Amino acid sequence: MSDTSIDRVAKATPPSVAAKIRGLSDRAIAWIFVLPTIFLLLAVNIFPLIWTINLSFTNFRANRPNREVDYIGLRNYERILTDEDIWLTMQATAHFLFWTILLQVLIGFTLAWLINRKFKGNDLWTTLIVLPMMLSPAVVGNFWTFLYQPQIGLFNYGISFLTGIDPSSFQMIGDVKLAPWSIVIVDTWMWTPFVMLICLAGLRSIPDYIYEAAEIDRASQWRQFWTITIPMVLPFLMLAVLFRGIENFKMFDLVVQLTGGGPGSVTELTSINLKREAFEKWRTGYASAYAIILFVTVFGLASIYVKALNKVKER
Amino acid sequence: MKTAKLLAATAFVAASGLNVSQAQAEDLTLCWAAWDPANALVELSKEFEAQSGHTMKFEFVPWPNFADRMLNELNSGGKLCDLLIGDSQWIGGGAENGHYVKLNDFFDKEGISMDDFAPATVYAYSTWPKGTPNYYALPAMGDANGWFYRKDWFAKPEIQEAFKAEHGRDLTPPKTQMELLQVAKFFQGREIDGQKRYGAAIFTERGSEGITMGATSAMYPFGFKYEMTPGKYDMEGAVNSPDAVAGLEFYKELYKTSTPPGYTDSYMEQSLDAFKSGQVAMAMNWFAFFPGLYADPDTGGDKIGFFVNPGQLKEASTLGGQGISVVAYSDKQDAALEYIKWFAQPSVQKKWWDLGGYSCHVSVLNDPNFADSAPFAADFLLAMDGVMDFWQEPAYAELLLAMQKRLHDYVVADQGTAKEALDKLIEDWTETFEDEGKL
Amino acid sequence: MSSYSITEPSPLQKWLAGTLVVFYAVITLLPLVWILTTGFKSPVDAIAYPPKILFEPSLEGYVNLFTTRTRVSPEALQALPPPSSWYEEIVRNRDMVIAGPSRYGERFLNSVIIGFGSTFLSVFLGTLAAYAFSRFKVPLKDDLLFFILSTRMMPPIAVAIPIFLMFRTLGLSDTHLGMILLYTAVNISLAVWLLKGFMDEIPREYEEAALIDGYTRFQAFYKVVLPQAATGIASTAIFCLIFSWNEYAFAVLLTSGTAQTAPPFIPTIIGVGGQDWPAVAAGATLFLVPVMVFTILLRKHLLRGITFGAVRK
Repeated sequence: MSDTSIDRVAKATPPSVAAKIRGLSDRAIAWIFVLPTIFLLLAVNIFPLIWTINLSFTNFRANRPNREVDYIGLRNYERILTDEDIWLTMQATAHFLFWTILLQVLIGFTLAWLINRKFKGNDLWTTLIVLPMMLSPAVVGNFWTFLYQPQIGLFNYGISFLTGIDPSSFQMIGDVKLAPWSIVIVDTWMWTPFVMLICLAGLRSIPDYIYEAAEIDRASQWRQFWTITIPMVLPFLMLAVLFRGIENFKMFDLVVQLTGGGPGSVTELTSINLKREAFEKWRTGYASAYAIILFVTVFGLASIYVKALNKVKER
Repeated sequence: MKTAKLLAATAFVAASGLNVSQAQAEDLTLCWAAWDPANALVELSKEFEAQSGHTMKFEFVPWPNFADRMLNELNSGGKLCDLLIGDSQWIGGGAENGHYVKLNDFFDKEGISMDDFAPATVYAYSTWPKGTPNYYALPAMGDANGWFYRKDWFAKPEIQEAFKAEHGRDLTPPKTQMELLQVAKFFQGREIDGQKRYGAAIFTERGSEGITMGATSAMYPFGFKYEMTPGKYDMEGAVNSPDAVAGLEFYKELYKTSTPPGYTDSYMEQSLDAFKSGQVAMAMNWFAFFPGLYADPDTGGDKIGFFVNPGQLKEASTLGGQGISVVAYSDKQDAALEYIKWFAQPSVQKKWWDLGGYSCHVSVLNDPNFADSAPFAADFLLAMDGVMDFWQEPAYAELLLAMQKRLHDYVVADQGTAKEALDKLIEDWTETFEDEGKL
Repeated sequence: MSSYSITEPSPLQKWLAGTLVVFYAVITLLPLVWILTTGFKSPVDAIAYPPKILFEPSLEGYVNLFTTRTRVSPEALQALPPPSSWYEEIVRNRDMVIAGPSRYGERFLNSVIIGFGSTFLSVFLGTLAAYAFSRFKVPLKDDLLFFILSTRMMPPIAVAIPIFLMFRTLGLSDTHLGMILLYTAVNISLAVWLLKGFMDEIPREYEEAALIDGYTRFQAFYKVVLPQAATGIASTAIFCLIFSWNEYAFAVLLTSGTAQTAPPFIPTIIGVGGQDWPAVAAGATLFLVPVMVFTILLRKHLLRGITFGAVRK
């Protein structure tokens, strides 16, 4: 198109100079463009992180500005790791993580597989199904306490309609045995579409010719499913699990609105527990150590997981 | 146009010129919980606005979030509130961390005497360290946990008869905790006017302070104490004494046998709901709500009766109520102090009681007509004679959270025994006091 | 093979799959429908047993959402002049009078200000950074990108501890500016990752041609790349907006009377005596509907947005 201009520029400038000028200005632009972001992240992420690490070795309390702050070494870490209540909290979190991910993967994958049958109007229904996950977890969680009310709540009524159990005979968020499931149900309701969307992308990434080849080899549908569909979708599925894992490890808003951690402490997930330590008891130093432990845990688990994910991808 | 504007401006300058003797007109924000008395205070404050020229704004936070948000506000050095009607237990932290302005000099200057306020309320709402003449608040709202019941159901001949047949005595508002349980059990599941009713609405809330306030209403009368010797933090044998254990077991029995189904996380609102919707025969709640309950068109009037928290080994009620403090971070402290000065006047205090606020002023409480001025007024005086409060230490929030957890784990979530719960509570509290350098 | 594909499901399979998916959709949308309808119920209908599906619509929830009311005695009510508006009439029917506006409007406006403010900032900064990452050799590029992503792994409560202290020192607690900066910092990782993906898809040849035509690098970016990336920028903006809009943990800890957004506020809506579910539902409806609309608009880029650009499709 503009051969002449290229020629003209090329001829007018010695190549080394041209590269230098452009390189220089590009680098300047690159830095100008990147620096504000880096600066913001340093100010709001890295600096606070370093501060948190520092605080984690102290007995500082944010609500006691007049008290002397002492460095107490690893005492906070020691206390957290030997605290039974925190282990119970971790167990509650593990229960929540395990079941939400399992249910979401099962339901999400099934839905994606069904939608991939390409029935008429599947796009519309996909969009509708996705709605819950985009909404504010706190607001929706709060409303679910209403749906879970014995007798007048829609959930209890629905269960009673299907099973004939008296709708006032059970209490999803007040009962010690049911409460852990009440949060699993709402989270699954909210986030199954997420897993579904990712699985759908995975299913759609499988080229038709693979199935056609299998068909020619007279492989059964069942066999095709296990030897083609599942292995091909697996990297996508693992990615979905990674995202859900990280998100649910951080879970706060939905559960705090639903159960507030109760009854007793049976749904007190780590984030809720951390909030109590940091912003209700104001044990800032202790809570900082807690935060670091959580961060290291997520980071460590996620790194191991990503390695596994890459291995699966390579196959 | 221009002249009109100019004229207006001159008029404004002239008007403000007339007011030079007064302090600058300010926008004052008063923070409190969102409940009936707060509305009464808005009404009352109109008089202050008219007199002082200041305008009052209000930030009322629902109870379940009140402590959380206000303590967060104070701890972040926020300027939202100029005046804060903070819970009694915050006084230690408010004083030690410098959130509240110390009021002694101001009281001296303005001739406000703490002798004009009921001693129990001054002790509870104003002083830190406890009982010393160091004042960080003016008693604003006296309160205690009390009870109300369906007078009309109690009066029904068939109910009376059934109760007598079962227990060999007349059905009356309970005088002891054991009687309370008996009456509550009697009503539990009973059909009245064609509907199934329940015994009692009590506090079981986990998130803020509910179950502690409810359970201590049973535990104090049974003999629960915080320390063996006041000020020594020697909790062993006080917190977990056999009497305290009995009190906690009693509360669990009350919860298990006499509350409406699904009553696992209930506090003030739920108690009011349960009563107003006719679910329960009796309910506990703060005196602050009693004027509203009495005025309720459906369940108030002659359908409702009130009684003070029943004693057992001794008479005791759980203290509620608040003092009004000036927030140290406010830029408008002078105007805020003006408000307190105005609020402390006997005539204003009288009006405060008339509007539904519980004045702590002796001129109101000692008025010979006070006891008859409302059906719950006499009970209020009785309750305030025997109030006990939670720790008011600067570490109060931490101490409260531990108790919330241990009590809810035991009473609602059915974990462990009462003795274990209280033993663990001592462990938690010991740790806190060690951190505080008090043990 | 053109007339018949063996991978195309049979009509029966399609019908079965369609039925199951529609069944799931109906169940999963029921709670949302319930929020919408509860907003138009009277308080009595809202807590009726069995739950009411058909009811007489009422605007009481919306009136209660926007007003604060006080109960007055029947005598005092009689003495008042007749209600001057339909909403006053609704309130009067419950033996109450309107005492003033509620805080909902303010909180909603805060959500709008903070949401749009932070979205603008993060998209602005994110676009610049994404362009740099996409086109230039930035030293430690992969590390930087990973670092930007890893900032999202921390639980917000953990991040909030030092932020709380920082805001307190700088006087940013409970200010719009503080929240805008904070949400920008959180959103920027998403913005950079998404926008880098979008920019990677724009062929370099366009800018190179422009450069050769004598444009400066900045002009090339401004006049060539930006228009090409417009859709990507718009959908990134919507994702950032939705995040700030829905965020709860920071808002509940760092805001109070001035800059509080709607999510921490809505659950605290209570009525006069008992939780006012129609008002809560009304507040939730007004708050959720914008996001629903955005979701539908965004459906093509949804997957990319929620996976940080990891799955593009």
